[in-house]
Amino acid sequence: MTQQPIQTDLNSVLSHEEIHAIDAELSHVPYKSGAAIDALKIVQERRGWVSDDCLMAIARHLDMSAEQMEGIATFYNLIYRRPVGEKVILFCDSVSCWICDCDGIKAKISQYLQIDYGETTTDNRYTLLPVPCLGACDRAPVMMVGDELITDLDDARIELLFGTHNEARTD
Amino acid sequence: MPNITIDGQTLEVKEGDNILQACLNAGLDLPYFCWHPAMGSIGSCRQCALVQYQNPSDERGRIVMGCMTQVTDGARFSLDANNAVEFREAVVESLMLNHPHDCPVCAEGGECHLQDMTVMVGHRDRRYRGKKNTHRNQYLGPLIHHEMNRCITCYRCERFYRDYAGGTDLGAQASRDRLYFGRQQDGILESEFSGNLVEVCPTGVFTDKPFLADFSRKWDLQSAPSICGGCGVGCNIAPGERYGRLKRVHNRYHNDINGYFICDRGRFGNSYVNADQRIDYAGIQDADGRFTAVDQASAIDTAGVWLKSAKIGGIGSPRASLEANFLLQTWVGADQFSSGIADIERATVDRQLQILQSTRAINPSIKQMELADAVLILGEDLTHTAARVALALRQAVRNKSLAMAKQMGLPSWQDAAVRNLAQDALSPLFVVTSYTSRLDDIAQRTVTLAPDEIAEFGRQLAARLQGEPAQSPLIEELASSLAAAERPLIISGSSMLQSNIIDAGAAIAEALCLDNPQTMLSLTAPESNTVGAAMLAHANNLSLEGMVERAVELDVLVILENDLTRRLDAVSMQKLVDSGTKIIALDVIENATVEHANMVLPAASFAESQGTLINHEGRAQRFFPVFPPAEQRLPSWQWLLQLAALSGNSQLAALTQFDQVVDACAASQPAFAHLNEVAPDRRFRDRGQKIPRQTHRYSGRTAINAGVSVHEPQQPVDHETPLAFSMEGLNRDQPSTLIPFVWSPGWNSNHALQKFQAEVDGPLKGGHSGVHVLVSSANGIDHPGAAVGNAPTDLWQLVPVHRLHGSEELSARSDEIAELAGDAFIALNAETAGQLEVAEGDRLKVIANGDSVSLAVKIVDRMAVGCAGYSYGYAATRGLIAGAGADLQRDTDWRPPQPSLIATDRQSMAVDRGSPHV
Amino acid sequence: MEPVLTRNIGPERYPTNLAAYQANHGYRGLRKALTEMSADDCQAVVKNSSLRGRGGAGFPTGMKWSFVPRGDACTPGHKYLVCNADEMEPGTFKDRLLMECDPHQLIEGMILAAYTIGADIAYIFIRGEYLVAIQRLRDAIAECYASGYLGERILGSDFNLQMYVHPSAGRYICGEETALINALEGKRANPRAKPPFPQVSGLWGRPTIVNNVETLCNIPHIIDRGADWFKTLGIGEDSGTKLFGVSGKVNNPGCWELPMGTPIREIIDQHAGGMRAGFQLKGFLPGGGSTDFLVPEHLDLAMDYNVIGAAGSRMGTGTMIILDDRTCPVGMVLNLIRFFAQESCGFCTPCRDGLPWSRQVLEDIENGAGRSEDLETLAYQVKYIGAIGNTHCALAPGAMEPLQSALKYFYDDFARHVNGGQCPYHNNTGAP
Ligand SMILES: Cc1cc2nc3c(=O)[nH]c(=O)nc-3n(C[C@H](O)[C@H](O)[C@H](O)COP(=O)(O)O)c2cc1C
Ligand code: SF4
Ligand code: FES
Repeated sequence: MTQQPIQTDLNSVLSHEEIHAIDAELSHVPYKSGAAIDALKIVQERRGWVSDDCLMAIARHLDMSAEQMEGIATFYNLIYRRPVGEKVILFCDSVSCWICDCDGIKAKISQYLQIDYGETTTDNRYTLLPVPCLGACDRAPVMMVGDELITDLDDARIELLFGTHNEARTD
Repeated sequence: MPNITIDGQTLEVKEGDNILQACLNAGLDLPYFCWHPAMGSIGSCRQCALVQYQNPSDERGRIVMGCMTQVTDGARFSLDANNAVEFREAVVESLMLNHPHDCPVCAEGGECHLQDMTVMVGHRDRRYRGKKNTHRNQYLGPLIHHEMNRCITCYRCERFYRDYAGGTDLGAQASRDRLYFGRQQDGILESEFSGNLVEVCPTGVFTDKPFLADFSRKWDLQSAPSICGGCGVGCNIAPGERYGRLKRVHNRYHNDINGYFICDRGRFGNSYVNADQRIDYAGIQDADGRFTAVDQASAIDTAGVWLKSAKIGGIGSPRASLEANFLLQTWVGADQFSSGIADIERATVDRQLQILQSTRAINPSIKQMELADAVLILGEDLTHTAARVALALRQAVRNKSLAMAKQMGLPSWQDAAVRNLAQDALSPLFVVTSYTSRLDDIAQRTVTLAPDEIAEFGRQLAARLQGEPAQSPLIEELASSLAAAERPLIISGSSMLQSNIIDAGAAIAEALCLDNPQTMLSLTAPESNTVGAAMLAHANNLSLEGMVERAVELDVLVILENDLTRRLDAVSMQKLVDSGTKIIALDVIENATVEHANMVLPAASFAESQGTLINHEGRAQRFFPVFPPAEQRLPSWQWLLQLAALSGNSQLAALTQFDQVVDACAASQPAFAHLNEVAPDRRFRDRGQKIPRQTHRYSGRTAINAGVSVHEPQQPVDHETPLAFSMEGLNRDQPSTLIPFVWSPGWNSNHALQKFQAEVDGPLKGGHSGVHVLVSSANGIDHPGAAVGNAPTDLWQLVPVHRLHGSEELSARSDEIAELAGDAFIALNAETAGQLEVAEGDRLKVIANGDSVSLAVKIVDRMAVGCAGYSYGYAATRGLIAGAGADLQRDTDWRPPQPSLIATDRQSMAVDRGSPHV
Repeated sequence: MEPVLTRNIGPERYPTNLAAYQANHGYRGLRKALTEMSADDCQAVVKNSSLRGRGGAGFPTGMKWSFVPRGDACTPGHKYLVCNADEMEPGTFKDRLLMECDPHQLIEGMILAAYTIGADIAYIFIRGEYLVAIQRLRDAIAECYASGYLGERILGSDFNLQMYVHPSAGRYICGEETALINALEGKRANPRAKPPFPQVSGLWGRPTIVNNVETLCNIPHIIDRGADWFKTLGIGEDSGTKLFGVSGKVNNPGCWELPMGTPIREIIDQHAGGMRAGFQLKGFLPGGGSTDFLVPEHLDLAMDYNVIGAAGSRMGTGTMIILDDRTCPVGMVLNLIRFFAQESCGFCTPCRDGLPWSRQVLEDIENGAGRSEDLETLAYQVKYIGAIGNTHCALAPGAMEPLQSALKYFYDDFARHVNGGQCPYHNNTGAP
């Protein structure tokens, strides 16, 4: 990914609604930078990911440098600095799920969606990412698809969820 | 003082220190990376591990980090315990997993702290079989080269750049073993102190880019102790040379001044020494205006004819050494001499000197300034006029957090903890200037006023401090803050070229002194030897303008290292040229004055000569030649001695050697009495030998000429200084003034410094260097100087805007600095720009004194009402005069120049920001 | 046993709202504290209860609270209470349950904790993926503001408390309490050096207590029913009940509230229904991914902090992960080390670079490319990375616990990988 110098007018990048939401967070932190993570999440919630423009616009809104904001954005797993699909699949690959053969499940998902970790389906519907233990080990293997936790995964379930993905795309 | 035991040896250690400091103080080699004497500890690298035992019967002990463990009386440690030794090796082994092992092509090789530590822990065999992580590098501008793969993640770059120097555009990104230190995207590093990354990074991630293009190993550099000529602060530097080229400049530790850090002007502003425009040969100007190169002897012959029973005048220079100025003045006589400073500046400089000679306030070193707990800056954008002072103030404002830490029993070296505790609590800093200053970000309050208003504001503040009622809540705020401080510091200076501002600053300090003898007053000086030139000045001296008038009466005018076109308007300059007097100009590099000279004599630069400079605090310091001047060049003091002899001057006839000149200068006035103590004279020997400028491994002296002859030529002999152009001799226990470079067995990097320090972060073993020649009577300042009235009504008032890169004459001749200096500009605030209907980058015609110049518009956050700032010291703004009125008109004729393709090493490099989570 | 923490949680895991919570004696403890007890009284009760932190380290809660400066010893300004709801330890799934199903219990615990230490602002730092819990907590907090349990002059007393939910942007290290504080401050979540401890200099440099969800959920009951009652709940050395969990190839994986000191065998055999048919118990991590393996010989130990400690492991979060005989122990350790290497914040060397090095060695072994000296290297790494104090925080030593104990108990398995040049389990399970 080559970066072009940002030419956008940063003042117009964030929507009023986003700014409003960020300012609400600002009301209960003693320093503006204290709302950095909340601000990133607010923007990502609405756009799916945090672009360079957004990153810089947030930084400016919070009187922070782009470097500081980037340092934060790239530290956390759930801030996406690249575009993601409509739904992110957070696939648990931690120990309990692994014992219950999450690797096999993952292979199935990859087969149906034709993507590996870090990739997005060509129709932009799904991005597949690994996630640390989702705290539902009694129902392993598990994953989140968008906002939804899906437990007790097995081949049948995966087929039900994604089996027709490629066919759906052809029409 | 607590006692601790390390491997059976009992040591008395300093209360409050950490064990790493204690070990280093005891001469024990405990490896470390992330700790830095000026920046304290964070405990990230885990290299400084040793074993601590809990009680007398504890045999196993546990591993602790030296830098994070405070000494306590009776504590018992081991450096040599097996598990400590093994752990330290394991840490280096880990750091090496992803290190590219590219030492042979790395600019850090041979002076790399990582190399030193690797050898120190005995790590040799590699067990890791995995792939190495790699990163993309960034384009960081013309000064710093980036090579991320070499990073060992010690966080020092970020901590220096951001926490210490206040930069915002470099920081840690990503995490785990993908950590990345860089900018958000490619671009020129914004900090004026970016060059220190080169020395702060323990390996080769951030290297000196110009040096890289003209590279030598440290061990092949010939170095000498030197003083930066970039501004009036007088930072100590260690320039290195190879094959007749000045290769690079490193910081040279001075406990009271620059410590470990210098600004980018000081580090990168010296490559003019190698420039093509350097004057190589003497030249005599023909009638048709062309110079004919002549050798030294014929130049001297010709000069001899001109000087014979001639009426001779001399113009000195605030950037030439004290000795050279002294010789010229002594030769031509005080009443035919001008110190070479134009009236407008001389008024401020003279006033400054009077104040420092009489004030009750302390005239502080930078070290003392760092201890200030409340600071007022009057009229200076310090980062651009005395950069190292600005860096010190960034530390001073942290005194509040250090006080909070102390209250909690937290040692000041617990850096992260202190910062977490204090968050953004800062000691008060007040910045009263006409335009945006680079310290605004840490100021408790900024006040934007026109120059005269600054003076008036200061006067009112002083009056309030003397007991009069405050004129405004703002005055009250500042007054009570300064009065409440234990060590208040007032800083002003000559950058606005208005002495009433300095007077106001002095009056404030004097008022504070009534109650608080700890009050400090510091005044910046514009050039490296301005204070020296001012101290030499004699009541009979001519002003520069006076010299222009006098010139017609002179047969010969000798101009010493001074481009007068920077100080005189074009009309006056022309008058001087037309006066008919023969001009002999000595200088190091071609300039507009030299072009007008009838004879040009090639002067050695600071790197090829020696001399004394007096800094803003009145401290005299000596610089030494790093390498001998190329054949036809001579140090100015030598040219002047020869010229003086030709003119039949008997006073100087007896002088042949530099030490004699120093003695003569010392005898010339009581203030200079101790001038010969500034540095040991040429007879100094350390155990019978001179101090070597070359390292013991200095190699290949003949290599560059191998195509011609492989015989080693005779090394030049230095008859004038205690240093030798040789690798023979010791570089160990000499006086601090004579340390050309730091090296100690096992310590090839600049961390060898600690072997030269009496204690960690303390003074050098070789004692103080430099002599205070400016001592205040402490009688108090008698009368306030005359107010200078400015501000013509319906015109814009021009105020000089100083730029670290661009405003200073010689550094601006270095390519990289010139690139950063950019175009000359006129600075406006947004409101004014709106009024004039211009935007950033548009052009304005600045019409003043009947001249018009087209300048690029620059919008700044703060600019006083009715004022416009012009980039000071740029060729295009030479005709503009501080305080003058100007008319500003949109320049519609101006067309942007065709974009020229500038070749840089910029590649399409992006930050590797790691994937969202892969 | 009468359920305490889970008394409002049925098998269907429906959430309780304020009315339901109040109906079952909810906020009785708070009312009691605010009307009858001083902060010091509450402090004394919690201390006497011998409650130990349920976040993993098992530090006595009352003692931790006692380090917070009070009265004149405290400089003026805010004090903070933070609930650590970051639950990311592999194999841990208890806090989610408490928050999703009975949010008010946690909130009441937090109000009481804040009252005791004098905090006026409280945060719930919750992992971002817990969307349901986030919403339910926010709803519950809104109910509390509306009913006078939060805000100014709570229940008519002088006590004020604001409470906020802060969903994390995701990183295991955020669970480490000082890293959590940095995350709350909007910074990179590198842990901080201790001392100073957060109790004196934490969030924004102010006194801060960080407690686990489950720890805080105990507080209302302790205040309401007293320290002595709480102590009687445990059947071993420790007081109270605990959420124990089991995951892996058991018949009935799950999470149950049981008395402290319940024998491991009972938890696995009775509650988790024993091993699935065809699988034998080979070992288990008693309290999450950063605890040492125990083996069948330890099955009769009581789940008490000191007992498990004496056996060479840690109680941790009390949620066990079962290693069966058909799952490769090397593969399991590799999975864990991969996780820890991935989640290292990168601040200190042994963790940032040492863990990937361990991962590389384990990968080679698991893939059949191991060499005989690799086992020595692993042992070396355990010694180098694994000791508390060698690293800046406890992540890396935690990461070494399963590896070190696997080398102890399953050394043969490692050797078989190296000698045979392949993973001997490869064909038995779906494991790689
Ligand atoms: C790497 C690491 C991750 C941790 N994650 C959590 C966590 O997710 N939840 C938690 O309550 N404690 C976690 N802890 C423990 C906390 O640091 C802290 O001890 C705990 O929140 C204190 O609460 P307690 O005293 O109530 O147990 C973690 C510790 C470490 C070193
Ligand atoms: S042990 Fe790991 S997680 Fe903890 S500070 Fe060090 S690098 Fe970060
Ligand atoms: S120097 Fe002590 S941990 Fe880095």
